[in-house]
Amino acid sequence: MFESLSDRLQGVFQRIGNRGRLTEKDIDEAMREVRRALIEADVNLSVVKEFIAAVKERSLGAEVLKSLSPGQQVIKIVNEELVVLLGSEQVPLTRANQSPTIIMLVGLQGAGKTTHAAKLAVHLRKGGQTPLLVAADIYRPAAVNQLHALGKQIGLPVYDEGTTTTPPEIAEHGVRVARDKGNATVIIDTAGRLQINQELMQELVQIKERVKPHEILLVADAMTGQEAVNVAREFNEQVGLTGVIMTKMDGDARGGAALSIRRVTGVPIKFIGTGEKIDALEAYYPDRLASRILGMGDVLSLIEKAQSQFDENEAKALEKKVMTGKFDLEDFLSQLQQVRQMGPLNQLMDMIPGLGAAARKQDVQVNEDDLKQIEAIIRAMTPEERRNPQLVKGSRRKRIAKGSGREIHEVNSLLSQFRQMQKMMSAFGKGGLPGLGGKGRFPGLPF
Amino acid sequence: MIMRFFRRGQRDEKLEQSLQKTRRGVFKQVIELFQRSEIDDEFFDDLEALLIGADIGAETTDQLIDELRAQIRAQGLREPAAAQELLRADMINLLKKAVRYRRVKILQRGVPYVILVVGVNGVGKTTTIAKLARYHQQQFNREVIIAAADTFRAAAIDQIQMWGERINVPVIAHQPGADPGAVAFDAMQAAHKRNADVLIIDTAGRLHTKDNLMQELGKIRRVVQKTVPDAPQEVLLVIDANTGQNGLAQAAAFAKMVEISDVALTKLDGTSKGGIAFSIVKALGVPISYIGTGEKMDDLTAFNEESFVDGLFFEEYEGEIPI
Repeated sequence: MFESLSDRLQGVFQRIGNRGRLTEKDIDEAMREVRRALIEADVNLSVVKEFIAAVKERSLGAEVLKSLSPGQQVIKIVNEELVVLLGSEQVPLTRANQSPTIIMLVGLQGAGKTTHAAKLAVHLRKGGQTPLLVAADIYRPAAVNQLHALGKQIGLPVYDEGTTTTPPEIAEHGVRVARDKGNATVIIDTAGRLQINQELMQELVQIKERVKPHEILLVADAMTGQEAVNVAREFNEQVGLTGVIMTKMDGDARGGAALSIRRVTGVPIKFIGTGEKIDALEAYYPDRLASRILGMGDVLSLIEKAQSQFDENEAKALEKKVMTGKFDLEDFLSQLQQVRQMGPLNQLMDMIPGLGAAARKQDVQVNEDDLKQIEAIIRAMTPEERRNPQLVKGSRRKRIAKGSGREIHEVNSLLSQFRQMQKMMSAFGKGGLPGLGGKGRFPGLPF
Repeated sequence: MIMRFFRRGQRDEKLEQSLQKTRRGVFKQVIELFQRSEIDDEFFDDLEALLIGADIGAETTDQLIDELRAQIRAQGLREPAAAQELLRADMINLLKKAVRYRRVKILQRGVPYVILVVGVNGVGKTTTIAKLARYHQQQFNREVIIAAADTFRAAAIDQIQMWGERINVPVIAHQPGADPGAVAFDAMQAAHKRNADVLIIDTAGRLHTKDNLMQELGKIRRVVQKTVPDAPQEVLLVIDANTGQNGLAQAAAFAKMVEISDVALTKLDGTSKGGIAFSIVKALGVPISYIGTGEKMDDLTAFNEESFVDGLFFEEYEGEIPI
């Protein structure tokens, strides 16, 4: 249903590909696609506008306009800026100097507070603690039972006083019990409430004043739309937040709400809920969320893979060789190896937007075994032969075929293909070969 | 007997009240926008911001604005005030026209009218069921039974049983962790035996991306069809009005698995705008039927396109509001 941002950007950049260089107009067009992707990911519109302005400014800078692969550069900038907005480091939970550490969960109805109280408890138990759960939601039918059922399931204690005592009192008593029994952490589950319900918001303030929690975590649904910002802002202004748990991240919501909340309130995201199971709670990684919001994780990892594998200077030297027609089998071999280091070829093809599908459509088979055979044949040659393939005649062919375990005709066909490639390259060299040697390209490969 | 659940075509007080709260924030900006002296690019930019801010989504927003631009051009309008009425009409039309069918709700004597209630986690299914049960009971004096087929979430059975006690509706339940299909089967038997008019089946919240859980819904549906072939006569998807663009993916996935016939938009008592309704109606043609406006058991009302659009944007709309 949703076309990914990377596919759309690819479309934009493909149209300009032949011209080689980006113009401001191209960047504008690309930014419109980014903007739309962010809106579809539920990033707040004001945050989107600010973000686009920042990305555009950087994209118009020299690093992109002069780059040989501007499209990927723009994608990279978008990702980097997103990570910056999402907060580049992991913010851990505060621990009290003197036990117990008091954690209070707040949020709208249905965000997943009760479930995440239990998940958080399980998470903390992994660190050797025995948290006490406190049932301070006296409003929703069976909320207390729910926490009890969860406590039983995970084998952790739950404190409650039914539904007749006020939540601030329950919280205070709960903390006292934890102190007496030596629980290192208390997790207070509060009722879901609207941020505009003054009476109930006041109740949260009262709980806060009574127990002085070390952490007040907003539990927010990843599927929330544009309103997420206002909800978070109100909870933060009225109660004061120390962190956010984004829940229901195991669905296909892009989770732009997290970005908006982080940007507008400055409150860090601390955890993400990733499933129904009671241990489905993960620490939050901004970079992963960035890719998810854009819906293009694969492209980014491909760019990174390519960058880590292709040494830029090496690529430049190679480019020169190609231009001057000096590309030999030795170079070809090193190219083959670099590409193969990046992972299975079919997987690589799939990571390139459009390419995987196009290859399948045209029934282009990139056979890993073929590459291995080519490599074997080249390896059976002497360095002299690799640099100068013309040397390979009758008896040398026989030797190479034997040495590589291939047939003579296979050696022949490799040599003739390589000659053709060389011819093509020198033709390119004369006309200039745009993009070759740039980051993330695959210079010199015959496919 | 053809029943009409709610009186339609009339502005509903409750919906208006809830949307009045919803308007907070948006409303002032709308007034300001349409009181400007001219229609320029800034006008359209700000209008776009309002529509997107209401979770109407980029595509639907583009469509609405393109239509509005074309109409303004064709009619040679200069004043934003005139554009207001055009936009309002376009939005109402979008909600009305895109509805492919509104299933006629038929209640036959001796055959339970089965409502299967589905949705992702935390949207307010259980509360909506209680309200719906209460509605059938109070307005039409119908015998209602609830099936507690959410056997997964901790204390979900307790929660629906508590509601059942409050509104005096029997709840058919098994143990936590039991097969939801078996609960549905028993509830069908009970509905026949007790000659119940309406059976409402609560299901566990499930993310639409979890294939095995979605399959389970298909199974509940087949179980129900064993005794009443055209049941469930109503498949109600519950959507939280706070939901962003993912709401469309949710609706599409549930529609594919269980052919949803109606949508309930819940939690419209906050500051949520519920703009995802436009995308859902437009993409799937499924009607929004109910609006949930609070936590009390009477806080459920029929969806009305005019009220919804007016409530969203045009509180102090000048002139007659069409009835």
